[in-house]
Amino acid sequence: MRLPLALLSLAAKAALTLFGLLLVTFLIARVVPIDPVLAVVGDRASSETYAHARAEMGLDRPVAVQFGRYVAMLTTGDLGESALTHEPVTADIARFFPATLELATAATLVGLALGVPMGVAAAARHNRWPDHALRVLSLFGYSVPVFWLGLMALVLFYADLGWAAGPGRIDPWLDDVVPAHTGLLLVDGALAGNGAVLKSALRHLALPAFVLGYYSLAYISRMTRSLMLEQLGQEYIAVARAKGLSETRVLWRHALGNVLVPLATVVTIAYAQLLEGSVLTETVFAWPGLGRYITGSLLSLDMNAVMGGTVVVGLVFIVLNLLVEGVYRRLDPRTR
Amino acid sequence: MTAAAEAVPGSNLAARIAAWRETARTLAGNRAALAGVVIVLVLALMALMAPLLAPADPDVQNLAQRLAPPSAHHLLGTDELGRDILSRILFGSRATLAVVAAIGLSVPAAGLAIGCLAGMSGGFVDLVLMRTADVFLAFPRLILALALVAAMGPGLSHALIAIGLAAWPPYARLARAETLALRGRDFIAAARLGGASPARILVHHIAPLCLPSLVVRASLDMAGVILTAAGLGFLGLGVAPPTAEWGAMIAAGRRFVLEQWWVAAAPGVAIAVATLGFNLLGEGLRDVLDPRQR
Repeated sequence: MRLPLALLSLAAKAALTLFGLLLVTFLIARVVPIDPVLAVVGDRASSETYAHARAEMGLDRPVAVQFGRYVAMLTTGDLGESALTHEPVTADIARFFPATLELATAATLVGLALGVPMGVAAAARHNRWPDHALRVLSLFGYSVPVFWLGLMALVLFYADLGWAAGPGRIDPWLDDVVPAHTGLLLVDGALAGNGAVLKSALRHLALPAFVLGYYSLAYISRMTRSLMLEQLGQEYIAVARAKGLSETRVLWRHALGNVLVPLATVVTIAYAQLLEGSVLTETVFAWPGLGRYITGSLLSLDMNAVMGGTVVVGLVFIVLNLLVEGVYRRLDPRTR
Repeated sequence: MTAAAEAVPGSNLAARIAAWRETARTLAGNRAALAGVVIVLVLALMALMAPLLAPADPDVQNLAQRLAPPSAHHLLGTDELGRDILSRILFGSRATLAVVAAIGLSVPAAGLAIGCLAGMSGGFVDLVLMRTADVFLAFPRLILALALVAAMGPGLSHALIAIGLAAWPPYARLARAETLALRGRDFIAAARLGGASPARILVHHIAPLCLPSLVVRASLDMAGVILTAAGLGFLGLGVAPPTAEWGAMIAAGRRFVLEQWWVAAAPGVAIAVATLGFNLLGEGLRDVLDPRQR
């Protein structure tokens, strides 16, 4: 009986957080120094036109009513219209979100594929050179600004060495060549069987994914290391070694097997953190994702777009947190 | 064990001084932490003495000398308006340290107040405060700061408010957790029986004991604050030009990065070193002040 109750309280908490998120974004949009009515009707509109537009936008109503309407709009998936693109914000986000998803997923895979082995190696050779090297590497990752590292990577690997493609998601002449089923260029390219698109998309993705993935790597490897150290000090490891199992088996099967659940939490948190890093990375790499959509709209004070993007990012954040708290904890029999 | 360590301090003050010396000694024994202290001190000196150290006026333009590579005359070269980059980096440390000082002093204090209050009162107050913290934690920090700065307009004070609003919840949670752990202890009960008011218990008995973990958290957090502030500057939402700011300098250098890479490279190194200093200092302080978190 305890399980559904705990889930219920978790859901209630998430709903409350979501409500707060909407309230905060709504209030932020309200304090913008520009007049949203003026933005629609223009400077030279007569006072009647102005009043009419104001009433049409519902701005003559009390703030609480406006907030109610805003929430009601959101529940139907309506985030308003972008003043810049004159398209529904929902449609814009649907166009930009896959790019961020693709980048963040690739970066997390990089962080996972390199970070876990590094963490295991550092824990296995605690306080020797692999451990120290990892500490330096991750400390560097915690200290270097992502937008700067991205720029320097572009100078080195694109301009100087020519190993990677430049900014953007794909070479311009391959734009819109394959039908956008998922918006993920790698998937769409593979579905259409178009090797040129696939290759170009991969060449463009590599550099930003590695730059962003480096930050995941720093976090994932540090956490893997400390989780592994905790396990390696336990008696069952001594037993496994005493009965003559190879060190590889002890490390990768016994110890790592026992940290997989907390590691899933770590990876989820790393994924959520990438959303933040991607705002700056997308700017540097001219990556047409959600982060760039938000910053671009922000500079032109397109508040519907900014708020819509912020709500979507917050929503993803809440869902990921819910995943961490609700699902993983239950995967671990010890916490049940 | 030396005789000095075993000697019983004669007064409260002596005990406190001894404790500080102990902290300082352990910190000095930790090479990484020492490096952090040195970096932060150098940074502070740079900010204070920028006018003395800078070889040129950071705002004087010289278009004939624009984008000059590093040379004896301009050690780090010049930017797109012919301004000396070294001088701008020296002066840029002021913007960074201003953010660190303002956030580092105000946000942990606010978090401490909110967290202690929530932990002591419990019930409805606790619920409201902690759910509010949850809401602010539901935004990625930079995105919330972005939206706030967009709404209020760019500028240093707005960036500070935005970073502060995004940064307080972890402190409040930490202080609340500490308060909850301390609340039921015997010495608190003793103070209460001695007639101390709840406010007095909070201020004199609970808050001081929450401080070490908050200090550790703050020094580690300052690294993130520097990066967030630099990110806002990079996006053009930080200090207004022409004031030198490292993030904005990278943004300006970005346009020429493929040919004149040093324009963007130098301020990035400055940000990385400053952030590294606070990271090392924070890790060192954590080891000394809060061994539980190791």
